[in-house]
Amino acid sequence: MKENSDVQVHQVANELRLNYGPNKKFITVCAGTGCRAYGSLKVKEALEAELKKQNMNVEVLATGCLGFCEKGPMVVIHPDKYFYQSVKVEDVPEIVSKTVAKGEVISRLFYRHPETQKTLFREEDLPFYKKQLRVVFGKNGMIDPTRIDDYLTIEGYQALAKVLSEMTPEQVINEVKKAGLRGRGGGGFHAAVKWEGVRKAHGEPKYVIANGDEGDPGAYMDRSLMEGNPHSIIEGMIIGAYAVGSHEGYIYVRNEYPLAVTHLTMAIEAAREKGLLGKNILGTDFSFDIKINKGAGAFVCGESSALFASIEGRAGEPRAKYVHAVEKGLYDKPTVLNNVETWANVPLIINKGADWYASIGTEGSKGTKIFSLVGKINNTGLIEVPMGTTLYEIIYDMGGGIPKGRKFKAVQTGGPSGGCIPESLLDIPVDFDKLYEVGSMMGSGGMIVMDDTSCMVDVARYFTTFLQEESCGKCVPCREGVRRMKEILDDICAGKGREGDVELLEKIATGVADGSLCALGGSAPNPVLSTIKYFRDEYEAHIKEHRCPAGVCKALITYSIDAEKCTGCGACIKVCPTQAISGEKKKAHTIDNNKCTRCGACIESCKFESIIVK
Amino acid sequence: MVNFTVDGKNISAPKGTMLLEAIRSAGISIPTLCAHEAVSRSGACRLCVVEIKKGNRTRIVTSCLYAAEEGLIVNTKSDRVLNVRRLVMELLLARCPGSDVIQKMAKEMGIEPQTRFTVDTDKGKCILCRSCVRVCEEIVGVSAIGLFSRGPHKTVGTPYNEKSDVCIGCGACVYVCPTGHIEMTSTGDKRKIWGRTFKMQACTKCGKFFAPVDQLKFISKKTGASLNELTVCTECR
Repeated sequence: MKENSDVQVHQVANELRLNYGPNKKFITVCAGTGCRAYGSLKVKEALEAELKKQNMNVEVLATGCLGFCEKGPMVVIHPDKYFYQSVKVEDVPEIVSKTVAKGEVISRLFYRHPETQKTLFREEDLPFYKKQLRVVFGKNGMIDPTRIDDYLTIEGYQALAKVLSEMTPEQVINEVKKAGLRGRGGGGFHAAVKWEGVRKAHGEPKYVIANGDEGDPGAYMDRSLMEGNPHSIIEGMIIGAYAVGSHEGYIYVRNEYPLAVTHLTMAIEAAREKGLLGKNILGTDFSFDIKINKGAGAFVCGESSALFASIEGRAGEPRAKYVHAVEKGLYDKPTVLNNVETWANVPLIINKGADWYASIGTEGSKGTKIFSLVGKINNTGLIEVPMGTTLYEIIYDMGGGIPKGRKFKAVQTGGPSGGCIPESLLDIPVDFDKLYEVGSMMGSGGMIVMDDTSCMVDVARYFTTFLQEESCGKCVPCREGVRRMKEILDDICAGKGREGDVELLEKIATGVADGSLCALGGSAPNPVLSTIKYFRDEYEAHIKEHRCPAGVCKALITYSIDAEKCTGCGACIKVCPTQAISGEKKKAHTIDNNKCTRCGACIESCKFESIIVK
Repeated sequence: MVNFTVDGKNISAPKGTMLLEAIRSAGISIPTLCAHEAVSRSGACRLCVVEIKKGNRTRIVTSCLYAAEEGLIVNTKSDRVLNVRRLVMELLLARCPGSDVIQKMAKEMGIEPQTRFTVDTDKGKCILCRSCVRVCEEIVGVSAIGLFSRGPHKTVGTPYNEKSDVCIGCGACVYVCPTGHIEMTSTGDKRKIWGRTFKMQACTKCGKFFAPVDQLKFISKKTGASLNELTVCTECR
């Protein structure tokens, strides 16, 4: 039976590949959530209508996220691979009549190098993409995620066919072990060690779960994978299930990700129809199926034991994990839980081999990692880089540096319970161990960039507030300790900080980290501890001098107008909601600080940068 | 049996014994608030933490949930342990300033209230140890009360704070509550708990009101014993 499986998948793939030859003319439109928000679906509709109008039989694919969200919607014209960015519906007739029909380019739609002003034609020429290695995420742009056939043309399910026809479960585990795949969800635990544990554990059934409960503010890499290439996750899970001997799987995905839920549901159904899921997969005696479990929006449900509780229908609260999930996980049965990105790496390892995979990355962290790059950065988006790429390369080469020429201050990695890394550490290679060493963590790969207009005490306050609300409330140190840290941070930002507050924060933080039940509490003090470690002077300025150096904390700042710069145009007077600004036309205006609420409206409105914040 | 050391003392305990019991049986005291013998353990209060050393790795674990292991080196009084306990007590003192149990415990541990914390006025004496919820679910078997919301907003109560249809007024939750947070008042033939008033059954022999009628009905239904049999109090039975 087993020999057939390989042949089946290869046949389908080869037939399909004929339809997508290297010279085939087609258009892809990025239809990730970011580009959709920019109106990419309207662009796609317009393209289809225009092609019909001009009697052209060219296919338009709505693909997964391409990552360069800053410049969406993105349209790529194949086979020339012309990369058009920020495309509007109005551009469509010209795209069709010039580029599609005659191969002529439209210069204004290309990305221009911000320094050289050179026009860049193709994705690989853009600085944003140049240093990336998009082995997992790059496939998003080649396929319509709602069509399984598209996935088959890019070697989809060939890893599964290979596994089922040529490899024993032990060989699969060894291959993943040799590749050095570590969990992409935060902990960085070796995937093969988990798999081996579940394979050897007693108890049936065994479960395989994909964790898609991405809840970090500003992070959306898992979302874009689930939306843009759901089959890669499913294929990884089937391979994992074969390796550990499981027949039941779950994908736990946030209900706030409707497109991900839709695409995953479609993918599971399509895989079932093709005999890739369900009974006797590809004609073998191996059976496995997947259910989708929608999360109800609690951040803590990304934690493994809380996630199990949630699937079981109970409140999402973690429990002590002295007996590991590999022995007692979901319904107290042996369970493999990996992040969606981890699963998406598995087919790649099988297809290209562990040696190839292990050649990418650093000593302890192999392969690539997808990061979401947000905050004060020119090129907001998703990037995939080899482990070990430096923060500097990520922020300046790919991210294009800080907008408006402002100064970089810190990058927060690892989600809300990660840490803030200062400029002096931008040269560190990003991998699991190095980030941990500097007081932050990989987390699931969120990176929030901050410039000199960010107050680090306020940043710590923001994340601590988030964590206070998202603590499940079960254990005392996390529920009460994080709340008390937040209260002290509130006080400091409100100018009510007291001598000794920083030391007290450190003391509470240490106790919370040591004493909490789960990893959420264990890492909740990171924002406070890392900002104190690297930006203690800002805390001191707030407490001792009643001054917010970044000009953020409203209780500690005053607004005034630079009489030399002010032209007396009156723009600020019009926008001020509290009538705090007065002055005659063409004469310098003044601000009444008793009325001023420091809302910042005047700063936005002033073209002459004459508002001074101190 | 497994052999291990606690604060330098050699101890052995049957395999599967939790560290908490093993350590206490050796005469070493460990504070707890949420570990009640009647219910399963949650590890919520974190007072029973100890530091364990296994190989080269040292970490903090909750002794009420960690089973004793061969060769384990346990420290119940390390700086890290005492720091966690001090923090927990300071946090509980600020949360439940009216709890004499917590005040007494803090005093015994030599811990003063942390004056930087604003004292709570709306939490009563509840430390959210969930013993009440567990006894109602695991022992009584009615699940009349549960935990609601999350983070600092978490509370114990009946669903939507409405009168519970399934509560039998047995008072098991009051009995297991370590701080005396749950209010139950009995006057004459009435008992009030969780916002509901229960009619009490008088013993057909001595006349004393001894249990809510709803509880006796529940027991009768569950055990098959006739209600008449149950209307005699335990002392007269």
